[in-house]
Amino acid sequence: MVDPRLSIIQERIRDVNRVVAVSSGKGGVGKSLLASTLALLLARGKWSIGLFDLDFTSPSTHLILGIRGILPTEDKGIVPPLVHGLKYMSVIYYSQDKMVPLRGTDFSNALIELLSVTKWGKLDFLIVDMPPGIGDATLDLIRFVKKAEFLIVTTSSPLAFETVKKLMTMLKELGVPILGVVENMKTGRSNIQQEALKLGVRFLGEIPYDPRVENSLGNAYELLKTVFASRVGDIVKHLT
Amino acid sequence: MHEWALAESVIKTVLKIAEEKDIEKVTEVKIRIGEMQQLEQEVFKTALLQLRPIKLNETEFIIEIDKTKLRCKNCNYEWFFDREVFGEEVLEAIHFLPEVAHAYVKCPKCGSRDFEIAEGRGVWIDSVKGLRKNG
Repeated sequence: MVDPRLSIIQERIRDVNRVVAVSSGKGGVGKSLLASTLALLLARGKWSIGLFDLDFTSPSTHLILGIRGILPTEDKGIVPPLVHGLKYMSVIYYSQDKMVPLRGTDFSNALIELLSVTKWGKLDFLIVDMPPGIGDATLDLIRFVKKAEFLIVTTSSPLAFETVKKLMTMLKELGVPILGVVENMKTGRSNIQQEALKLGVRFLGEIPYDPRVENSLGNAYELLKTVFASRVGDIVKHLT
Repeated sequence: MHEWALAESVIKTVLKIAEEKDIEKVTEVKIRIGEMQQLEQEVFKTALLQLRPIKLNETEFIIEIDKTKLRCKNCNYEWFFDREVFGEEVLEAIHFLPEVAHAYVKCPKCGSRDFEIAEGRGVWIDSVKGLRKNG
């Protein structure tokens, strides 16, 4: 038997110019915040933007952006709603924000389903908020979305960077483009920049720990006023 | 409708298979649909007929529905998906994305949500029959 959905995925993202996967080897480094803020800033910069929360088991971009009570529409497929100027897609539309424990095959099936029925239309950037690690989500995104480029997030901690190194090594082995590394929640001195350069990966910038971010959760306008957002704004310049 | 997006993928895949197998005239396509996804058969069939290119003008689309069997990974219990126990909103969510069933379904024996959709998920092309170019 043949799964017909695989034939249509490339067609669905044909008019998406760039796919940026915000990724890390570790959880808790600020991927979702960075992906959300990046998407907001790009949308404000008059780019046509989509944000796809690929963290099916622990989605959080809707909490960061204060997205609730909206659903996609149907037009011979699923059309993501426009929120804060960006097309937003997440499993929460269907899970009602309940827990969705998924093993690998189920994750892959859910991803294939959403990739094959979601009509993104014309986009300059599709920002993908990735779950941590080099498991199913990362492998499947590489498998199905050949134009994906990875933006890597780490903290200053060697614990985070060691996992990031593994992720970057894998991406390099597979010939997947790495846009660069962002050092988030920086509090003191570190050597992430030198380490990234040693690996031949571009260092996109550092973001200091900003306690105001926590108070902005759920409010996109407040988020954009934070130091965090202003530093993400500097990173945006590297992408456009 | 969501059915149109899936029908589009079927047409594209059938054309690809026909090209790979050197089939000039596709006479029959058998499609299996998992009960869990609750596709509206009439809408799906209408979409297939309207989306098909001239090359598939004489193709008969046969649709068969498979019951959805779930298997608990925790205790190995197997059971069939029963739509009658869910409200419209949940059924619609599962229709769009069957994997979200993990949010609404538990193993009737042990209560775990760690189950797999063992049979009857989504849309599959079972067979493509036709006449080859060389006869």
